[in-house]
Amino acid sequence: MVYAGIDIGSTAAKGVLLNEAKTEILARKLMPSGWNSRQTAEELHTWLLSLGHSREDLRIIATGYGRVSVPYADKTLTEITCHGKGAAFLGGGDLTVIDIGGQDTKVIVLTGGRVTDFVMNDKCSAGTGKFLEVMANRMGLGLDEFFAMAETGREVKISSMCTVFAESEIVSLMGLGTPREDIACGAVGSVVSKVSALVNRKSPSGKYYLTGGFCEAGFLVRKLGEVLGAEVITSPDGRFAGAIGAALLG
Amino acid sequence: MADYHEMWQSLGMDVKTHDLLCEALPGAFGDVYLSQDNRPEGMDYFNMVVAEIHGLRPAELVEHKKKGGKVVGTFCIHVPDEIPISAGAIATGLCSGSQFWVPGGEKKLPAATCPLIKASLGARFDRTCPFFRLADMFVGETTCDGKKKAWEILAEDAPMYIMDIPQMKRPKDYKHWEEEIHGYLKKCEELTGNRVTPANLRSAIILLNNKRKALQRLASFRKLDDIPISGKDVLLITQIAFYDDPARITSQIHKLCDELDTRAKNHVSVFPKGTKRILLTGTPLSIPNWKLHHIIETLGGAVVCEEMCTGIRYYEKCVDESGGTIDEMITNLTERYMGAIHCACFTPNRERIDDIKRLAEEYHADGVIDVNLKFCGIYDIEGHFVERELNAAGIPVLGIETDYTDQDAEQLKTRIGAFLEMLGN
Ligand code: SF4
Ligand code: SF4
Repeated sequence: MVYAGIDIGSTAAKGVLLNEAKTEILARKLMPSGWNSRQTAEELHTWLLSLGHSREDLRIIATGYGRVSVPYADKTLTEITCHGKGAAFLGGGDLTVIDIGGQDTKVIVLTGGRVTDFVMNDKCSAGTGKFLEVMANRMGLGLDEFFAMAETGREVKISSMCTVFAESEIVSLMGLGTPREDIACGAVGSVVSKVSALVNRKSPSGKYYLTGGFCEAGFLVRKLGEVLGAEVITSPDGRFAGAIGAALLG
Repeated sequence: MADYHEMWQSLGMDVKTHDLLCEALPGAFGDVYLSQDNRPEGMDYFNMVVAEIHGLRPAELVEHKKKGGKVVGTFCIHVPDEIPISAGAIATGLCSGSQFWVPGGEKKLPAATCPLIKASLGARFDRTCPFFRLADMFVGETTCDGKKKAWEILAEDAPMYIMDIPQMKRPKDYKHWEEEIHGYLKKCEELTGNRVTPANLRSAIILLNNKRKALQRLASFRKLDDIPISGKDVLLITQIAFYDDPARITSQIHKLCDELDTRAKNHVSVFPKGTKRILLTGTPLSIPNWKLHHIIETLGGAVVCEEMCTGIRYYEKCVDESGGTIDEMITNLTERYMGAIHCACFTPNRERIDDIKRLAEEYHADGVIDVNLKFCGIYDIEGHFVERELNAAGIPVLGIETDYTDQDAEQLKTRIGAFLEMLGN
């Protein structure tokens, strides 16, 4: 028996396959969620079945916001539980997990590998991946370019709490001739301050692990560490944390 | 449902719009309630009451009014129903728990107002609730800022009577509320033309205590390991208790409880073994707001207690029946209606936190969900203490904010699902 985790987020869909002992990642798959979760789930299914294991030999757990669209899953679990489990696998069992997702951001407190508390951002997209995506788009940049620019900029304050208002704030900053670097830096700063406000609603452990799509955005990770006053660790596998956790719980 | 169109018409309702509500309700009720397995038979009465929600009871109120009787509508459980009842009036809750009425309220109120308040105004101004047509007097109170100001707007259309509730619980505040209840009694006497005698007031106290005792008996089944009735069903009964005939609902609840006694003896549960037990605390869940219970129980949890106005706060404590004179009885009512209800409109409100902890223990709750109606500032702020104190007591707690729409259903399912998973690991 091998264990698969399928994590269908709002922006990206992830699949991983773990070995029988659940100690090693045998395969990973990352793809955009697209507009049809069911179709995305189907593609991941095909991928899974192409890895050389029969269906009877696979146990599949689905998570993420599109988990209901995975009809072939043996079980579904929420992304909170899975991200917690996955982060414990990647970073150890006593830490605070920060997941900046496409449409929501979560903070998960792990104690001895178990989720003991969590909080998600409220119904607004400030402080989520969506915010940065919208801002990068508005400046005509891809996310990688956006972070590269942000790194060389001097932070301008973006005060709007709401993504839509922040977007128009950025438009007027651009109109004033503010360098894009500074605006990008400000946008990252805005997300970081919202995320840290969320973290501070819980009793954090002082050790942080970042999961989700920004795990390779070094500038954001560093900034987050500065604001939280503690090291934020992560790894390229951080974006697979939900899928890894799902597979572990299979 | 029987055809009540004529009655609705004569009450000056917007029958066409109201029909939309009548069409939507059976489906919603069926999905949430009738889909449950192994429901007690005693729920039949309550199913029937909901099915006829805008017909049966309103028709009784119409009859009462035809004979010259009066109807008094209230919005808050700090206002003692014993008073209008002792004056020969019928007391009814005016609780608005549906999104259906919210847009109507938003015509007059800022969008950033709690949905309960918006729905209350909407129900009146849109003329889509018979209870909001039938009440001869609407009793508002100065609890939260939203209500206080909304009453001024409601007063432009409805006969309002406002009671000034204190914000603290010092001796002088009790005295003030006692005076307010005296004033309410006078007002009800004026409205009905009946003089309240000690015998009348006494029997009203006993009548409502009996209703409370029935609800207490019902709640006691939720303390069992094998819970013979769902949280949803108990919520429904509690909601109905706000407007049904008190004596009738009392006997119906006891009838149901007799059935539950048998179930308890046979260890019948409507939940599988090991179901996680949830205590809800926070803002009221007015009929037909079943959203949270439905999500929790569909995800495999059981709601075992509501530390809410539509829950324990409504029935847990009885009024002292020993008073002989009207003055003594009003003192006892004050004691009960101010001293035993711990709403966030008071400062400080330490007793509520103590209650949550006590109830979590009594009902063997595995976790607490603190619910906040969107834009209710007082409960939102008080959530700080709820979370901190429960954490300190080692009781898992999840804070959520929601309104009457279904827009956040998926997000709630994730949060609540994760909470249940957390309790299970
Ligand atoms: S929450 Fe407070 S103000 Fe609202 S009904 Fe209950 S006691 Fe009254
Ligand atoms: S829920 Fe809060 S804001 Fe709404 S009426 Fe009750 S106390 Fe007021």
